Amino acid sequence: MSEPRVVVTGMGWVTSLGHTVDGVWKRLMNSESGMAPITHFKAATFPTSFAAEVKPDFDYRTFLNDPKVHATTALNAQFALGAARQAWNQAGFHTHPPKDPRRVGLYLGAGEGVLDFDNYAGALISAWDATTQKVDGVRWAKAALARLEPLKEIEQEPNMSLAHLAREFGIRGPASNCLTACAASTQAIGEAFSMIRRGDADIMMSGGTHTMIHPLGVTGFNRLTALSTFKGDPTMASRPFCMSRDGFVMGEGSGMVILEKLEHAIARGATPLAEVIGYGSSADAFRITDIQPEGRGAAAAINAALQQAQIDPAAVGADGRPLIHYISAHGTGTKENDSIETRAVKVVFGERAKHIPMSSIKSMMGHLIAAAGAVEFMTCILAIQHGMLPPTRNHNDPDPALDLDYVPNVARKCAVDTCISNSFGFGGQNDTLVVTRYKAG
Amino acid sequence: MPQKRRVVITGIGTTSAVGVGTESIWNALISGQSGAKLCHTFDMSGFSCPFVAQLAADQLDIKQFVPKSYRKATKVMARDIELAVAAAHEAVNDSGLVTKSHEAADGKITLPANRMGCQIGAGSIAAEENELTVAFASSQTADGEIDLSAWGSGGMNNITPLWMLKYLPNMLASHVSIIHDCQGPSNTITCGEASALLSIGESMRVIGRAAADCCLSGGVESKVNLMGVLRQFYSKRLATASLGDDPSTIIRPFHPSATGGMAGEGGAILVLEELESARARGAKIQVELAGFGASQSFCQDTVGIGVEADGAGIAQAIECALQEAGVKPADVDAIVPFGCGVPDIDASEAAGLRKVFGERVSKIPLVTISTVTGNCGAGFGAIAASVAVQCLRAQQLPARIQGGKSGESVGGVDGASIGARDAVLNTIVVTTTSLGGQNAAIVLRRIS
Repeated sequence: MSEPRVVVTGMGWVTSLGHTVDGVWKRLMNSESGMAPITHFKAATFPTSFAAEVKPDFDYRTFLNDPKVHATTALNAQFALGAARQAWNQAGFHTHPPKDPRRVGLYLGAGEGVLDFDNYAGALISAWDATTQKVDGVRWAKAALARLEPLKEIEQEPNMSLAHLAREFGIRGPASNCLTACAASTQAIGEAFSMIRRGDADIMMSGGTHTMIHPLGVTGFNRLTALSTFKGDPTMASRPFCMSRDGFVMGEGSGMVILEKLEHAIARGATPLAEVIGYGSSADAFRITDIQPEGRGAAAAINAALQQAQIDPAAVGADGRPLIHYISAHGTGTKENDSIETRAVKVVFGERAKHIPMSSIKSMMGHLIAAAGAVEFMTCILAIQHGMLPPTRNHNDPDPALDLDYVPNVARKCAVDTCISNSFGFGGQNDTLVVTRYKAG
Repeated sequence: MPQKRRVVITGIGTTSAVGVGTESIWNALISGQSGAKLCHTFDMSGFSCPFVAQLAADQLDIKQFVPKSYRKATKVMARDIELAVAAAHEAVNDSGLVTKSHEAADGKITLPANRMGCQIGAGSIAAEENELTVAFASSQTADGEIDLSAWGSGGMNNITPLWMLKYLPNMLASHVSIIHDCQGPSNTITCGEASALLSIGESMRVIGRAAADCCLSGGVESKVNLMGVLRQFYSKRLATASLGDDPSTIIRPFHPSATGGMAGEGGAILVLEELESARARGAKIQVELAGFGASQSFCQDTVGIGVEADGAGIAQAIECALQEAGVKPADVDAIVPFGCGVPDIDASEAAGLRKVFGERVSKIPLVTISTVTGNCGAGFGAIAASVAVQCLRAQQLPARIQGGKSGESVGGVDGASIGARDAVLNTIVVTTTSLGGQNAAIVLRRIS
């Protein structure tokens, strides 16, 4: 008996470009940018003061059965609830809920929550003992208990999005959250896919949610010099694969998908949107500060995913094209990522690499960190459905050393059957998914 | 259909309040020693429980646990990472594997790097407060608040450029992967106290689907820091105790008089290997990871402070694990539960255990470790698993301390104290449940 096929039957997202599947897709097709000056906190003096924030017209309560239940929900779970509701409804579960909640699982790549920064920092400062150069525990306890609110603190734990989604959608099967930095939600979808194949669940809600657009998030990435410090129009700041690229731009939001065992989907009359056929995961095991320069880890993840999908990277189809029609790049816009990702794709696909369009939607919606992989995976499915490739925005000064087809600036009509989506995390965890057009039989 | 790839545990390494190494916690458990003590890094007396389960200051010199060439990297290791790296070192040594960490091995590395995976559960690592506050203090307003404008324009430069890399939860697995050269699948599960067993279960799946032959797996966390203790208090998990109390009697799992838990630090790494691969290298094979199950509880309050009273989610996870292992509840010889000493959680867990084991629940030996470990979050389940492995290896059950008389129980789970004793142990269930409602359980089986 072969392992069951796994299809996607619902998807949803909340991003800086909107919070409907079609609305965001249209804006990606127009090469629009969600970037603007940061409004979440006073960032004007920070080395980077812009990001791709979810706009104020997003109200998570409008996505919920009973908003009161989720009254204390923090930002990550708000995004997750908004995206998950779209996916759940598209899958048809709002009218016909899954029969056995224990056969529905959750696997997210959700980020840690946003610190209550002013109160956190204020409490620490008030407890600082300049003589000993230490925080006084007793003074801190007093200040923290007065200033930091219980539920706001608990909601920051990275597994709280699971708890909210499980509560909203009545999910009782296996539930996990992984946090492998920028690779997290690709890994989550890959593991969720593996769980259905193994028979641990019939339905998995999977994806990611994250915001790091907060003072310590921007601080951390600024200190690592990972963020763009572009001085002009923020919508021009994210420049993946360009000569002048100077780092990534933070985004925020969530992407959620419903993965389902094919037989289960067919039996209940659901429409498969696409089929997941490969997942590869690897670690660089190199350095925590640098990517392995030959792209060893990235290539290993891509190869493992292709192998599971039984796709030969050197082969061509009847139309003369490589068997992978589109790569949703990790494409952060850092010097290091873009050149090593390009190298890794060449290592895997050899001469074929130049004939595979590869774009980065981070040029438009920024880097959703833990949630990035999920929205990029969804982009692959939309490319298959619409026969269109999203562009790499701001691709105005190509880096001559990077010579793949990055779909510069303009969306492109292209028949797409099979795509891969790459995500590589700080710390060296790499994940790749292969998704293809669903064909019955 | 290809034959099922069986997974065995060939090494364990533990860090806990009583020290580094499995021997230290095993001796403490056998002799009925507690891990509770006053915190040596901060004065915790501003909270309801001033006691913590923390390693003594001289019990972990991280430089002893990394190869010489990697010592520089210890500068960017948060406490959680140090504890994980030390546990992994112990586990690898226990397993007899030769990895890249053995610098003298020179080409005699046991397994190819791409067949080695790494799944280490982690918490949200707390920033080291002193390092951060000295920087904050440089950007304060006249009334002692943070001045974001000053922070953004220069104050932030008072923290080290690599600051963030110390605190990303995936850095536990990253450092361990680098030290031991694990280039296979690598993951970081962050589901509170369920993280470690979920990670061990995932490693089992990774090996099962042949994506790796060996995984360093488990979980590690330190809650012995200001934010860790604060959040334990806020989630109603901290015991009530005062400085004058005897710390060794603070935590009382499944006892009607229990008042809560204490913050702990530590965790464990287990070496999981595919059975045939382990046999081929001549590993000592004593314990099989025979089953894994997971579930999500219903959380009335969405965050899980209010636990599921009937323990249905816990029972579901255990039943899944037993089913996979092909074990009947009647054949389980001992249970290592979460048993954290928080009355509501103990009651919920007791209800879950009763669903699975029926009346026998009061007769099955329980191994309660939180008296030694405290609540070390993502590390807890891994220590529980490594203690279960040690029980199977030694054919011994540790003492249970801080209980009462026989008959004093929570939900039919006996809270009585009992000394260490020999026992015939073939099958042990380990289970944990998280704040947030994730449950995981594994079944371990002795291979003779």
